[in-house]
Amino acid sequence: MRAVSALVRKDLLLELRTKETVPAMALFALVAYVLFHFALRRNTLEGDLAAGVLWVTILLAAVLGINRLFVAEREQGGFDGFLLAPVDRTAMLVAKATALLCFLVVLEVIAVPAFFLLLLGPSAGPAFPELLAILALADVGLAVVGTLAAGLAVQTRARDLIGPLVTLPLLVPVVLAAARATSPLFSSPAGGVEAKWLAVLGLYDLVFVLLAYAVFDFLLED
Amino acid sequence: MHGKGLRGLSIATAAILVTAFALVFFYAPLDADQGFVQKIFYLHVPMAIVALCGFIFGGICAIGFLRTRDRKWDLRSYVAIHLSLILGVGVLITGSIWARASWGHWWVWDEPTLVSFLIIFLLYACYQPLRFSIEDPDKQARYAAVFAILAGAFVPLNFLAVRLAQPLAHPRVLGASGNLPGSMELVFLVSLLGMALLFVTLWKYEMAAKETRMRLKSLRRRLLST
Repeated sequence: MRAVSALVRKDLLLELRTKETVPAMALFALVAYVLFHFALRRNTLEGDLAAGVLWVTILLAAVLGINRLFVAEREQGGFDGFLLAPVDRTAMLVAKATALLCFLVVLEVIAVPAFFLLLLGPSAGPAFPELLAILALADVGLAVVGTLAAGLAVQTRARDLIGPLVTLPLLVPVVLAAARATSPLFSSPAGGVEAKWLAVLGLYDLVFVLLAYAVFDFLLED
Repeated sequence: MHGKGLRGLSIATAAILVTAFALVFFYAPLDADQGFVQKIFYLHVPMAIVALCGFIFGGICAIGFLRTRDRKWDLRSYVAIHLSLILGVGVLITGSIWARASWGHWWVWDEPTLVSFLIIFLLYACYQPLRFSIEDPDKQARYAAVFAILAGAFVPLNFLAVRLAQPLAHPRVLGASGNLPGSMELVFLVSLLGMALLFVTLWKYEMAAKETRMRLKSLRRRLLST
């Protein structure tokens, strides 16, 4: 537990001082909105289209963060230092997933209001508690799967390519469920969230949290 | 050794596959509304089932590797996933032909099984790039095993999510063999058996070849060192 908090503090402090990852993610999201505006030739979006644009943007911005997640560990010998320390290896998984979760929350604090401001139709007034629940469930999945994929990719020669290639198909169910759950909130007579999508997100999170716990140790052995 | 009994197995596989194709063309009844093109079903569906089982088998072998650290398990996992990927290309091509013939489009997004299969195929397509961009053989085996386990668990989860996303526009007549007429079901089962045997035979050939190559390498090393 102390190891986890030390690692998380290290990651957040590093991010606060260098400001390498999160500003890039947020900026990427804003640029993506502008791109979507021109590519789709729409001033406002609603329903399925709005939900899709929001979730694809969040996913791609998350991939940026995922790609950088273990870079410092690899380049500065952080893995060796961690393996020499007498702590449980799972601490690294928990710490990295928590750090990525924090990054995602900060990203969404910027990107979701920006989406409302720039692209969401005026008629669509989303219900916040439901949206927050969807965001929270999806973030857990993104953080866990992202940490695993980043851990897999960081030791390869072509890590900048392998990371996104592995991450994106693995996260298709998250985007699918999150976008389907969000789209009634963005429709003009706003509907309720279908419970089955929250259940799919919850199941996905549960399966991958357990799997990550089971296999992550094998990624840190030498 | 995996080379044992290969001749008998190969003969059995060839015999069953020939029987299956003979049954498909001369015994199975023509489908009432799709006609002749429906016969691709006897190739497409068995291939898809065998490929998915191969992916999951690859994941199980990967668990075996992480438990025992025996390179043989890693090799088994690799060969299974490799063969399943090749079958996967066949599944996507035959599915596409079937979709074109019966629905008029090369690709239909409202067929959940086909869409799930595409996502799984795209994921497994990263297996080899991931594996071969790690040089250290021990690390390569370990990372490939972790990927195989993750992807193996992803297969059912992905099917569930994509299936739920469909409004079920198409009546699922051909997906479940439960409501096939008896003669069609018999032919389907023979085709499935043939395809499964083909997978096992090819898998054993590949394993035998890899083991022989490894033995040859170690013998040559010994010869050179004396």
